[in-house]
Amino acid sequence: MPKSMSVTREAIAGDEADEATAERVAAGQVKELVKQHVKEHVKAGRKVLPIVEGAALVAALAAPLLLQDYLTVFATRVIILALFALSFDLVWGYAGIMSFGQALFFGSAGYGVALLARDLDITNIFLVLPAGTLIGLTFALLLGGFLLLGRHPSSVIFVSLGTLTGSYAADRLARGWYYLGGQNGIPSIAPMTAGGYEFSEGPAFYYLVLGILVVVYLLCRFLVRSQFGLALAGLRENEQRIAFFGYKAQHLKAIIFAIGGAIAGLAGSLYAFHEGFVWPNVVGVVVSTQVVLYVLFGGSGTLIGAVIGTVIVEGVSFWLSDNYRDIWPIILGVLLLLVILFRPLGLISFVLGERERVGSFGAKVKEKQNAAP
Amino acid sequence: MPLLEAAGVSKIFGKLTALDGAALTVGENEFHGLIGPNGSGKSTLMKCIAGAEVPTQGRVSFVNTDITAFTPTERARAGMSLKFQITSVLPSLTLYDNILLALQAQSSLLDLVFSRTRGALHDQVMTMLTQFRLADRAFEAAAALSHGQQQWLEIAMALAGKPKLLLLDEPTGGMSLEERRVTGELLQPIKKHCSLVIVEHDLDFIRDICDRLTVLDQGKVLASGTVSEIQANQSVQEIYLRRA
Repeated sequence: MPKSMSVTREAIAGDEADEATAERVAAGQVKELVKQHVKEHVKAGRKVLPIVEGAALVAALAAPLLLQDYLTVFATRVIILALFALSFDLVWGYAGIMSFGQALFFGSAGYGVALLARDLDITNIFLVLPAGTLIGLTFALLLGGFLLLGRHPSSVIFVSLGTLTGSYAADRLARGWYYLGGQNGIPSIAPMTAGGYEFSEGPAFYYLVLGILVVVYLLCRFLVRSQFGLALAGLRENEQRIAFFGYKAQHLKAIIFAIGGAIAGLAGSLYAFHEGFVWPNVVGVVVSTQVVLYVLFGGSGTLIGAVIGTVIVEGVSFWLSDNYRDIWPIILGVLLLLVILFRPLGLISFVLGERERVGSFGAKVKEKQNAAP
Repeated sequence: MPLLEAAGVSKIFGKLTALDGAALTVGENEFHGLIGPNGSGKSTLMKCIAGAEVPTQGRVSFVNTDITAFTPTERARAGMSLKFQITSVLPSLTLYDNILLALQAQSSLLDLVFSRTRGALHDQVMTMLTQFRLADRAFEAAAALSHGQQQWLEIAMALAGKPKLLLLDEPTGGMSLEERRVTGELLQPIKKHCSLVIVEHDLDFIRDICDRLTVLDQGKVLASGTVSEIQANQSVQEIYLRRA
């Protein structure tokens, strides 16, 4: 082919492609700009995490104002599940304990408060929520003591199978126990009360659980950024190493497992009152697995990741089940697989760098030093 | 009274006898080298002392206490510290946090939860980092360090708890000549307050810093004595010639 001809062809093709190219270039430039912006942001020592947390809080506060009533009820359930996800994230994401039976603490607290309401007419919020928390804590202390407090560190398989078995056994027990309502569980739980006020589904219940989530979130944040959090980071990364420093690694594990159990218990009791009934699934393997998915999807080892993961998994399930009635579980499964394959640190890792995720425990001291003349 | 005394230590893995009645005595403020050909049982003896392996037979005593059945945590709390052969700094944490993690190991739970010792330990963290020439990188992730620097960081971490005895398993593995020289310099000052047991292939390095040596061969102690005694020892020369 003569050279001039080829040049002409290219020129024509070039003319046609100009528009598309321009668009692509523009899109590319925007991407570059965003990338650069994020980079500069990180370089300047500014944190992405508080921005994400702030945005999430604003969205959560505004939600009932924007959503229809039935969606506010749905959102309340999601917030309760997010609280539950925090409990698993502490245990797995921060301490590296694979708890495949987190629903045991969630569900047993749910059953516990349902029985308090049914048999003793106790529905006062100041009694039932502490009771549920205590139930979760107690079960976690018992199971954690057995699984984690050996003389030598227990293996991941032992702990994950042990927790899984606990949750499965509780499910079977609840199904077979007439006192707990068997397969049907405990229906028509009376509403939670505060003085004369009854918490029924709706904005009030929503803001109540949101308030509780924020408080628990802040407590967890305080904990994971303390020196105890540093010890947890060591535990997660190399348990044997920190034992050689003189840490009582098993005790640390049992403590964080118990705290996780308490939070799961709190979430479970809110869940029971919000839904108005409990049934064997809430202590079983299904719910235990669900919480693992929330945290993996959002990003384990970041508290906000657990919350975001819950909102997105539940939100997407809700939307898919409405629009693709027959195949939605398959679509959701594929989505989850894709995230876990390509983003093992969860969705949050799109905006959050590794360094900020792990955090710096001496940072405060550093800032103090820089401030000093 | 020696600081550390291991006597009649045997370790059998299935059909393999890794240690066969080995003995080791280390005095206070003594740098003791453990040498021998590959597979002679040096690392296994080290692990039996540190608690990473439980001896099949024999006993280990430390500061007049029988610690044979102690867990690693209990040994650490008694004043023993180990640097692993494979570097096991925590790569995603900053250098500062690696050292802080080691320093705060014996703080109480409440102190940890309320971060009460964070401020008080700051000077110690920075001193250790300065001593090991890492201070200017304090707030970088440990993964960013060179192999040699990671080894130093790990030695610093092992020393953080002010141990009476430090066990070093091949501290200069993979280091350049210059880094080896610096490592020797870094170790000298700790002699004032700490004894050292060191497993090392680099015989020049070990000759430079150790007071006494124990030579292992096929799980048994071949010879033990001062550096010059060992250098003059006929059978030691033979095993090194035989393997060379």
